[in-house]
Amino acid sequence: MTEYQVIIDGCKNLKGGIIEAFHALQDKYNYIPAEALREAARQFGVSEAEAYGVATFYSYLAVEKRGRYVIRMCESAPCHVAGADELLKEIETALGIKTGETTADGKFTLELAQCVGQCQATPVITINSQPYFNVTKEKLKEILADCK
Amino acid sequence: MLNLTINGQAIQVPRGTMLLDACQMAGADVPTFCYDPQLHLAGSCRMCVVEVQGRHNLQASCVTPCVDNMVVDTESPATVEARKIILELLLARHNINCHVCEKTGECKLQDYCYRYGVDDSRFAGEKGHFTSEDPNPFIERDYDKCIMCTRCVRACDEITGAQAISVKDRGHHAKISTVFDGKLADSTCVFCGQCIMVCPVGALSSKVSMNKGRAYQCEKVLTTCTYCGTGCTLELNVKDNQVVGVSSNRDPVYSPVNQGALCVKGRFGWDFIHSEDRLTTPLIKENGQFRAASWEEALDLAASKLKSIKTEYGPDSIALFSSARVTNEENYLAQKMMRAAIGTNNVDHCARL
Amino acid sequence: MANEKRVLLEYADQIDPRKAEDYIKVGGYKGLEKARSMNRRDLIEEVKKSGLRGRGGAGFNAGMKWSFVPQYADTKYVVCNFDEGEPGTYKDRIICEKNAQALLEGMAICATAIDSKQGYIYCRGEYPFMVKLLNDAVQSAKASGALGDFDIEIRMGAGAYVCGEETALIESIEGHRGEPRFKPPFPGVSGLWSQPTVVNNVETFACLPYILTNGADWFAGIGAASYPGTKVITLTGDIENPTYFEVPTDYLLRDVIYKLGGGIKDGKKFKAVQVGGTSGAFIPEQNLDTPIDFDSMAAIGASLGSGAVLVLDESRDIVDVVTRISKFFEHESCGKCNPCREGTWRCREIMERINAGKACPEDIEKLTVLSRVMKNAALCGLGQAAPIPIDSTLKYFKQEYSCKLITL
Repeated sequence: MTEYQVIIDGCKNLKGGIIEAFHALQDKYNYIPAEALREAARQFGVSEAEAYGVATFYSYLAVEKRGRYVIRMCESAPCHVAGADELLKEIETALGIKTGETTADGKFTLELAQCVGQCQATPVITINSQPYFNVTKEKLKEILADCK
Repeated sequence: MLNLTINGQAIQVPRGTMLLDACQMAGADVPTFCYDPQLHLAGSCRMCVVEVQGRHNLQASCVTPCVDNMVVDTESPATVEARKIILELLLARHNINCHVCEKTGECKLQDYCYRYGVDDSRFAGEKGHFTSEDPNPFIERDYDKCIMCTRCVRACDEITGAQAISVKDRGHHAKISTVFDGKLADSTCVFCGQCIMVCPVGALSSKVSMNKGRAYQCEKVLTTCTYCGTGCTLELNVKDNQVVGVSSNRDPVYSPVNQGALCVKGRFGWDFIHSEDRLTTPLIKENGQFRAASWEEALDLAASKLKSIKTEYGPDSIALFSSARVTNEENYLAQKMMRAAIGTNNVDHCARL
Repeated sequence: MANEKRVLLEYADQIDPRKAEDYIKVGGYKGLEKARSMNRRDLIEEVKKSGLRGRGGAGFNAGMKWSFVPQYADTKYVVCNFDEGEPGTYKDRIICEKNAQALLEGMAICATAIDSKQGYIYCRGEYPFMVKLLNDAVQSAKASGALGDFDIEIRMGAGAYVCGEETALIESIEGHRGEPRFKPPFPGVSGLWSQPTVVNNVETFACLPYILTNGADWFAGIGAASYPGTKVITLTGDIENPTYFEVPTDYLLRDVIYKLGGGIKDGKKFKAVQVGGTSGAFIPEQNLDTPIDFDSMAAIGASLGSGAVLVLDESRDIVDVVTRISKFFEHESCGKCNPCREGTWRCREIMERINAGKACPEDIEKLTVLSRVMKNAALCGLGQAAPIPIDSTLKYFKQEYSCKLITL
């Protein structure tokens, strides 16, 4: 079995669990490779077109290669009033990319997120789903430096 | 039975009737985009909304079961406003080029805009950019005209079973797509064109018929497909005594075998009819060259050759391979000729391959 | 904290939510024991009598919802909606982080009432760490024997606000695009894999152990009579104490902001508050003396919703905030129905035009008619609620729009 198949096989007993399989694939590759998507469709008995439709429906699933660290800036109202727009510009400058892009070295991908449910400490960013609170320009530098 | 009042008219319907059907029974012409009696309900286009007394919101009649004592207005001010706004919203994303559109005259978007006097969209802003090149020879896909009714997706799945298309992305980025948004030829598409059959607008049309004539310019001649023994009903679209296309007749009375569904050959493979390559007389080959002959001469020649082969090598040296394109009666006669006249059981048929 | 009434969060930070033993030590799983000793009809009656209403958007009576489940069906499901996607909301996460076992017990009580053997918790994709916590909690509860033969599986969403809508959530558990279904049929009759299914959210389920343990009358006596119990609220925005609180449902909105919240940050003045998350109405100063319960909020054209409270001070630009909110709905519309798919797109376009000072008075009229049609004709709650922030601010803060318009 290929590595994809092993990962997808691990979710096979979950009824309708193709999204769980996609999560498991993303844990490994940070995105859903094309062949893995086809394999998942086969394993869960849905058409490839439908599997692709599912994978592209959800914000947290990606069918295109992303960086090792996926940074998401929350842009919902509570973070917006806490200065999300300015912080986003800081992140773009620090990484030298625009939102939606990946750095040339394949290290960082920058995306926007809707509320991540950590509104006690806005503005919030997440890196590979790990939240960082009350992020300031200064804190941002440390946070990015910790991404090896 | 349930008692309803629709546009002031009292009617009775059996329990389990959907409101859209009840409205139609009451003579109300309720507009629909996503509704298709052959497909699973979607309830998504919201054109069939009607006002039901006592209900908070407008009700999509295609997915609302009738309830006793419902009082319904199918053209109330709120209903008409909702339909007009939906039409304007669809127009705002639509590639409006009706003057060259294949569907002009049989386009639901056009018809409903006409009916409700929607000449322009107050929401004109950014347009969709959905269409990409698909170099297949049969199906023209212009998703800048798509209204996202998903009838094509459902027909592909429920009628044909090809499951070649689905919806990708979400919100206003959502579009009809194959896996990885690739070409139809690289997908599980079998080019049956059922998607064209159900598309209510100009998003899907036949490349083979393109620029050959609009629906209202064509006479529709009901006939049976000649390609195989299934016996599908289809309509030849005839303009100036030329066949310019094939369309579906979905009425089970006229189309009991296929209810409009066709295969790639039946729907797109009609260009042989007026082809210059088409044989119109029998040909006899002499010295490596074909020459035209009469039927009498050709049949006499064939019969005499068969006779001489039979005499020299015996009846089992002859076999007949019959075609799915001829009728059952002709197939019957063909095997009869082999068994009775030639005296062999060497009979076969292309459908067995 | 003064003025709070902690029921669900009474033992917050004193017990480990992963461990059933900790929970049992403070009286946990007594409610389930009692539920199992009752016959199903009495159990549903007890829940109905408590007056417990869903702690989400619709505020439907929980016992009533359960009573719709047909008894003859072989398989029935209990589904927990832990997809709290309303911006500014994190109360279900807090309840799980502090008291996850109460959620499991509540689901098991529901399972007893409708005779279900299988539960699902649909946890939003933004909370992968909660999936871990819940899996541990389920394992511990199973090992303790408290859940009996009732199984609970955790499924994770993947970033789609619309999956907070119960039928979209069901679609997502089934592995499909999270597009809402038309109703009827309601999930109680045909839900997950077409089987009868009860969907409630974390907070609703977590109330049940306390209702069973202390009695329906006890619960019905807390807070507002028509929406009894407590509510966990989360305060965000320009507020001194941006944190969570559990209060009785008759608590005044003004007290939420000034007593619990400590007032407006940096001594500024109040401008507006949005309750219930991003789909909620903006409420002006004049309506602050309203209890937060469902019906009182509805009476002033607002909604309690998830209990998120976003406070804006005098310096905030309402049009700018609403523009951002309109972008949220454009992003989160599933795209299934026309009014929402196209409407949220055009709402955002018009709002951006207004916010940029490039709009004229006709644009306000366009927004008004579009918003009316979305409310009237959209398929699900998302499209119907998306225009509420626009409508409510046009009603109470029209001046802020007017001063950005180009007038000839």
